Amino acid sequence: MTLTPASAPAPELATLRVGDVVAGKTFTLSRDSLVRYAGASGDFNPIHYRDDVALSVGLPGVLAHGMLTMGFAVQPVVDWVGDPGRITDYQVRFTRPVLVDPVDGAIVTVVAKVGAIDADAATARIDLTVTFDGQTVLGKAQTRVDLA
Amino acid sequence: MTSGSVRRTRALFTRTSLPSGGWAIAHEELGKAYPYTGGVPVNPDLQGRVFPPVPPYLVGREKVREFARAVFATHPINHDAEAARAAGYADVVAPPTFPIVVQEATLAQLLAQPDAGIDFTRVVHGDQRFTYSRPIVAGDELTATLSVTGVKTLGGHSMVTSESTIVDADGAHVVTAISTLVVRGDE
Repeated sequence: MTLTPASAPAPELATLRVGDVVAGKTFTLSRDSLVRYAGASGDFNPIHYRDDVALSVGLPGVLAHGMLTMGFAVQPVVDWVGDPGRITDYQVRFTRPVLVDPVDGAIVTVVAKVGAIDADAATARIDLTVTFDGQTVLGKAQTRVDLA
Repeated sequence: MTSGSVRRTRALFTRTSLPSGGWAIAHEELGKAYPYTGGVPVNPDLQGRVFPPVPPYLVGREKVREFARAVFATHPINHDAEAARAAGYADVVAPPTFPIVVQEATLAQLLAQPDAGIDFTRVVHGDQRFTYSRPIVAGDELTATLSVTGVKTLGGHSMVTSESTIVDADGAHVVTAISTLVVRGDE
């Protein structure tokens, strides 16, 4: 299947500088979010919805799926570039868990900055800082966007 | 285990002592947390192995919408077929991490490999990468093929890196999903 990529107006590469904050958002996770992600992804590991199981393996409580965090962390960038087809690469390291309180949930903040610009290729590397409880939870969280 | 390797690998784990005297590791993704039981090293011969393709995955429109809601994707292209068509796509477009759903069957293949020496209860997800030729859209029939590209041992732990190459019904590349799984070894 051949598809023509969207012609949505992309941010102009020439206006970007390394270090610019281009997008950001705060996400509030609840236990409901985890159950929803479990169903959508097929990852039904009970440590993502059962406190008793989480505690039995020595965790302080239920954790968010790492792939859920990876999943929403890129969304501000998708909205910024205007078309998911402009995302050509996305990688993260999982460095810290996100504990989701049954009552208060968890608040995770994403800040997206320009990490590098390749003018010849018309691409930019966008670096994501993803923070929960005052600490980053993803390492080397980078996405490459095509701004041609 | 050397102290250097402890430092190198510690960031990947949350490690908690258990009353039984053992300990548990926790990690993201599959955010798996498991009691440590000791084990054997991963078979280094896995490196370079290519697995048979898994059965095709047909991407449904409602599945894309469901996944998009689950990862807080609010772009109309993810939900509204008309908006997607207006942007040049055949149908609703899946969020960037949707390939994990297709990749999962290939990782199950790897973990189930009898000679791999991968004890599933000691596996955590170290890192994840997707390299795209194009986004996945509803209606795609995707076939994933896994190859093991790296087996390393670091301070008694094994790091198994695999690539799942995902192609469409025409055989054209859509996305490659790369995962590093960390398998705890003996201390």
